[in-house]
Amino acid sequence: MDIVGQKVTRVDAYGKVTGEAKYTADTEPRDILHAAVVHSTIANGLVKSFDLSEALKVPGVVKIVTCFDVPDIGFPTAGHPWSVEEKHQDICDRKLLNKRVRLYGDDIAAVVATDEVAAKKAARLVKAEYEEYKPITTVEEALAEDATVLHPEVRKDNVIVKSHMTMGEADFKFDEAVKKAEEEYGKDNLVLLEKEYDTPRISHCHIELPVSWAYVEPNGKVTITSSTQIPHIVRNSVAMALGLPIGKVRVIKPYIGGGFGNKQDVLYEPLNAYLSMVCGGRPVRLEISREETIIGTRTRHAIKGKVKALCTKDGKLLARKLEAYANNGAYASHGHAICANCGTVFKDLYHDDMGTEVDCWTVYTSSPTAGAMRAYGIPQSVWITECMTEDLAHAIGMDPYEFRMKNCMEEGFKDPGNGITFHSYGLKKCMEIGAERIGYKEKLEAYKNQTGKVRRGIGMAIFCYKTGVYPISLETASCRMVLNQDGSAQLVMGATEIGQGADTVFSQMAAETTGISFDKIYIVSTQDTDVTPFDTGAYASRQTYVSGMAVKKCAGILRERILDYAAYMINNEVTDISKTIYADVVKAAKERLLKAMPVDEVQGSMLDIVNSRVVAHKGEEIIDLFDVGVVADTAFYSLDRSEHITAECTNHCKDNTFASGCCFVDVEVDMAVGKVDIKNIVQVHDSGILINPKLAEAQVHGGMSMSLGYGLSEELLVDPKTGRVLNDNLLDYKIPTAMDTPKLNVEFVQLEDPTGPYGNKALGEPPAIPVAPAIRSAILNATGVSMDVTPMTPQRLIEAFKKEGLI
Amino acid sequence: MFDIKSFYEAKDVKDAVRALVNDPDAEIISGGTDVLIRVREGKDAGKSLVSIHNIAELKGVKLLPDGDIFIGAGTAFSHITNDALIKEKINMLGEAVDTVGGPQIRNTGTIGGNICNGATSADSASTMWALNAELVLEGPDGERIVPINEFYTGPGKTVRDRCEVCKGFIIRKENFEGWYGRYIKYGKRNAMEIATLGCAVRVKLSEDKKNIEEARLAYGVAGPTPLRCHKAEAAVKGRAVNDPELYDVFAREALTEVNPRSSWRASKEFRLQLIEELCKRGLKDAIELAGGEVDA
Repeated sequence: MDIVGQKVTRVDAYGKVTGEAKYTADTEPRDILHAAVVHSTIANGLVKSFDLSEALKVPGVVKIVTCFDVPDIGFPTAGHPWSVEEKHQDICDRKLLNKRVRLYGDDIAAVVATDEVAAKKAARLVKAEYEEYKPITTVEEALAEDATVLHPEVRKDNVIVKSHMTMGEADFKFDEAVKKAEEEYGKDNLVLLEKEYDTPRISHCHIELPVSWAYVEPNGKVTITSSTQIPHIVRNSVAMALGLPIGKVRVIKPYIGGGFGNKQDVLYEPLNAYLSMVCGGRPVRLEISREETIIGTRTRHAIKGKVKALCTKDGKLLARKLEAYANNGAYASHGHAICANCGTVFKDLYHDDMGTEVDCWTVYTSSPTAGAMRAYGIPQSVWITECMTEDLAHAIGMDPYEFRMKNCMEEGFKDPGNGITFHSYGLKKCMEIGAERIGYKEKLEAYKNQTGKVRRGIGMAIFCYKTGVYPISLETASCRMVLNQDGSAQLVMGATEIGQGADTVFSQMAAETTGISFDKIYIVSTQDTDVTPFDTGAYASRQTYVSGMAVKKCAGILRERILDYAAYMINNEVTDISKTIYADVVKAAKERLLKAMPVDEVQGSMLDIVNSRVVAHKGEEIIDLFDVGVVADTAFYSLDRSEHITAECTNHCKDNTFASGCCFVDVEVDMAVGKVDIKNIVQVHDSGILINPKLAEAQVHGGMSMSLGYGLSEELLVDPKTGRVLNDNLLDYKIPTAMDTPKLNVEFVQLEDPTGPYGNKALGEPPAIPVAPAIRSAILNATGVSMDVTPMTPQRLIEAFKKEGLI
Repeated sequence: MFDIKSFYEAKDVKDAVRALVNDPDAEIISGGTDVLIRVREGKDAGKSLVSIHNIAELKGVKLLPDGDIFIGAGTAFSHITNDALIKEKINMLGEAVDTVGGPQIRNTGTIGGNICNGATSADSASTMWALNAELVLEGPDGERIVPINEFYTGPGKTVRDRCEVCKGFIIRKENFEGWYGRYIKYGKRNAMEIATLGCAVRVKLSEDKKNIEEARLAYGVAGPTPLRCHKAEAAVKGRAVNDPELYDVFAREALTEVNPRSSWRASKEFRLQLIEELCKRGLKDAIELAGGEVDA
């Protein structure tokens, strides 16, 4: 491959570093109206009435709408492809504004004013009266028999879904396996582990807040510009929420300042559109604050895992059981998909000789809504799975690395439930490279028998991650290419650039397959649902794989059409081409070609495009003919055969593959102050062929940083008494700063995946998975203390070290 | 955009006092790194602001004729850290204020605001306590000097009247000459952080560097206001720097003088552990900075 695999500079680099790149708020018109949302000050109850008198007095207020005014239509928000099968559709449990309040900060009214200050001031002055119920912020409270049912219209209790999965026999039961194993191996040769591991609710912390602006075109089309990962899905949900035919809704997505899954959900776009509609179609902007983002958009699920595991004392895993409880918060959003995903990786990552049993609960609570976040249930899954792996290895006194080598998923693994196959297997190779880079074996030896209050430790974690959502959901992506007169081309994708570098890698792919040089591929970064071909958007580490295949197919079609026209030009010199300014060029090219390869008629299939030149290959020799621009210009303006050379296609992807990898960490634990200092960290990824190694490395850096926060500091706290979020700002919600981040070392195992368009597979989300459990493993190695709850904050560490008498 | 009723740029301290007296709704703004946050949160929305940001006499560090040091209230943290006089005489204070927030905050936020906010977590506060700093306040009735240990009355509360402008801080020569010290900020991360605990330790050693002539220990977040631990100070006074019991005695006494509370940010037990551990580390550092030899 020529351009795929190169460290080319991002196509949007200059625009973004100079500030010229346009984001949602940069595109709004002058004299736009501003909206502010009024939020409930109770967590669970009913809005009885409003007193708007003070709010309406604020100069500049144009309109106040409340939950009593909005259409009574439930709509879904998940960034899933809509299902035309009713049973698979996302839950329609949201309204534009809610009378039934289900979290502290629920949206109950909205103000539109001529400026932001007036809108916010009026919003503060709206008074609401409530009928108040007891907040139920935890899964335990929500599952209690007397708990208020939060969504009686869609569920009889607070369980959104409960699902059961097994590996091995369909009716495999862990407890029965224990009995069987005791007979077969003898009780003394077995170790049974029963533990509970817990993960926190966390916030995405993308830089750009959710912002949109909307207006109504004179022809009635509701047009929304929004910072979203999923413009086509937003269009669908807005149409549903407003009761409009989908053609009446248009969504435009310019550059966005990060999403990490929070913007893989429909957020305030429907309300924003509605507010414009009730203000005569005038443009209205709705930008929420950081606090509102943290409280009221989406979070990563807190998932608690109750685990049982059985292995032989010589380290053979026999059986495992997981009961996973996901706190989904007030609204369904992505529903059960995330907890089910968590359960799937628990059963896939290790092989149980006898079988695996998994039960997953996704539960409504009156607390912030959980939805998609980078790696979609797998950071929780791998935390639970790898805590368990470590504790088992520790219990039998086996090197955790060897325990993993012995029991982890093997080459050729195929999930019997969904058929997803590990087409290119690099997991063990990753482990070997990581262990070698960090000096695992030497350190494991060196860190034995430490005393004192400052200790070193070495640890690791592994993971696997699928690529896209097939066969659980639809995978579809479309691409259009349009040739310009000079032989350059536009690349139009439904897939979105969200900071991850999608535009750059798609451009590399288009150049690779068409043969048009990279600098002549112009990707159209903005999606506009009126003109952009359909794609479900940026999530599930899918775009390079699924949408990338759309690029490959579309670029192949374009290349073929260019070459067919080139062949026509060569074959028809005496008629029309002879009159053009390119006659001499084509004539000379034809002579060169026929001299080297005498044929009666040139076929497009005999030709190729290399670096924007139409060429023919004769063995090793390249016969240069003419520029693609000669073909394009002629095709546009030929009086004989005018043709705008374009290509468009859909890739309906019906495949999937596993990516995998591992992280190794070397830490120093200062027990007396509960601090963990990362002395060295190496993360190794098995993500197939890298389209752009530099962007790939950057992707891993970002993910590692997120997982570092997941392991040590990030946790969204909800007051159980009131349901109120305690740390709704970036001072109290602790994402790691640059000063907290060690040098992040990244390695790749590049094995060609046969199902990826260019041998590639998932890389977007996997980097955010393994750091937290690897740190946990290193702390265990250093101190002998198993931390079962992440984040492993100084306070939790100090409590644990005190309990163990270490300080 | 901020919800501010009016904004007045004061020409000098007297002008600022006059403006504050004239508008009962007005409050002072200097660097703005705390006031604007409160305005944005809606707590101080719609207020009038009297800016002392451009008053030259409030800025900078100078040596007074009697050898004391005066730090203008409007001096930004990064200015203090990089000031030659501070580096030479009270480097510990420069280091302490260099732990505030991030670079942008330190370029804007001022030491006057840091103290006058009355926060127990202020990064300059415990060091200022250990320095026996004195505040110079000017109000409608003229100027007065308040020792820092009489300044705080509760969380976020001080003896400063709304119409009083803090002009600066006097650090007496006897509080820095021959003294060395360390401020340890304990935060959950290494930047953009509010202190979970702040610990300031200063020592003055005997001429042969063998004994502690005097020690000072002050904490932030160990109680509702910054505080001094006089019993701990007395307990190590005169002790040899390599006294094996030195650190335990210091910490043990300190624990009797503090009053941290449990909140969702940190439990009392966690803070007590930090109080115990950080004073030991601070004392060790301070002795080393003073030229004392500490047994490893």
